[in-house]
Amino acid sequence: MTREEIIKPENLVYKKTPVLTSNVMHYCPGCGHGLVHRIIAEVIEEMDIQDKTIGVAPVGCAVLAYNYFDVDCIEAAHGRAPAVGTGIKRLYPNHFVFTYQGDGDLAAIGTAETIHAANRGENMTMIFVNNGIYGMTGGQMAPTTLKGMKTSTSPYGRDLQTMGNPLKITELIAQLPGALYVTRQAVHTPALARKCKKAIRQAFENQKLNQGTSFVEIVSNCNSGWKLPAVKANEWLEENMLPFYPLGDLKNNK
Amino acid sequence: MAFKGTLVIDTEHCKGCAVCTTGCPNHCIALSKKVNKKGYNFLELINDDCIGCANCAVICPDGIIEVYRVKV
Repeated sequence: MTREEIIKPENLVYKKTPVLTSNVMHYCPGCGHGLVHRIIAEVIEEMDIQDKTIGVAPVGCAVLAYNYFDVDCIEAAHGRAPAVGTGIKRLYPNHFVFTYQGDGDLAAIGTAETIHAANRGENMTMIFVNNGIYGMTGGQMAPTTLKGMKTSTSPYGRDLQTMGNPLKITELIAQLPGALYVTRQAVHTPALARKCKKAIRQAFENQKLNQGTSFVEIVSNCNSGWKLPAVKANEWLEENMLPFYPLGDLKNNK
Repeated sequence: MAFKGTLVIDTEHCKGCAVCTTGCPNHCIALSKKVNKKGYNFLELINDDCIGCANCAVICPDGIIEVYRVKV
């Protein structure tokens, strides 16, 4: 059977979703952000909620996320995406609201907004992409940076005595009564990416129940900040990030 | 029952990260020695063993791969 005979519309099994625009993403080669964007867009397409979804973009690498999602988006001040999302959800309770943040945005400058939004049980989906570094500004140490990890502001490795401990914010959120669904996922292999899609689907479906906040952490890579090629960065992630940030559901009250 | 698949790759938008090649069970994709306009070694199909499992497309960060599959 020739290639031309296979390439027919009825044989199509996978195609980029139309919920993403045709703009080329500015992310570095192999960055997990592009994949997380596409998974969210696929969930929006499957649930047929493109007209009813409002996204909140963060400050960080994903600051231009509104150029890539073909849904209504708003850009929040640094760390304030959950606060902006709260306002949107209260004005439009029948719309689906999601915030999309990195670890510098959600776990450093936006810790108060994140924790209080989850504690109030705001009925929205929070997507947290954790790569343990400030990617956009040049690879500085973030709250989620691992012990001993070298960054541009911790060139001899993170020393717990002087620089403090890595912050497991997802575990903190899981303790809050307002949080309905708290999970940690990864996207560096096809199986994990498919599993992550199911988790994000559930996080969006939970908004129909109006019972609390759904929080999805995605452990991702930053090959530019980690100074590794994309494939090696994924291996490093598996060896170093996953033992400290174990995958799975931390809370599922549904 | 077996499957036969093939890929349509948007080579101009490939960034050459090679993450997709780690997911391919039949090792039928690899980076080309040629480069695209941006200077990246783009992805190409190197043999006919593709079964259309879509693993490469599922983990492509830039969504440049379309997958087609038939039963044979």
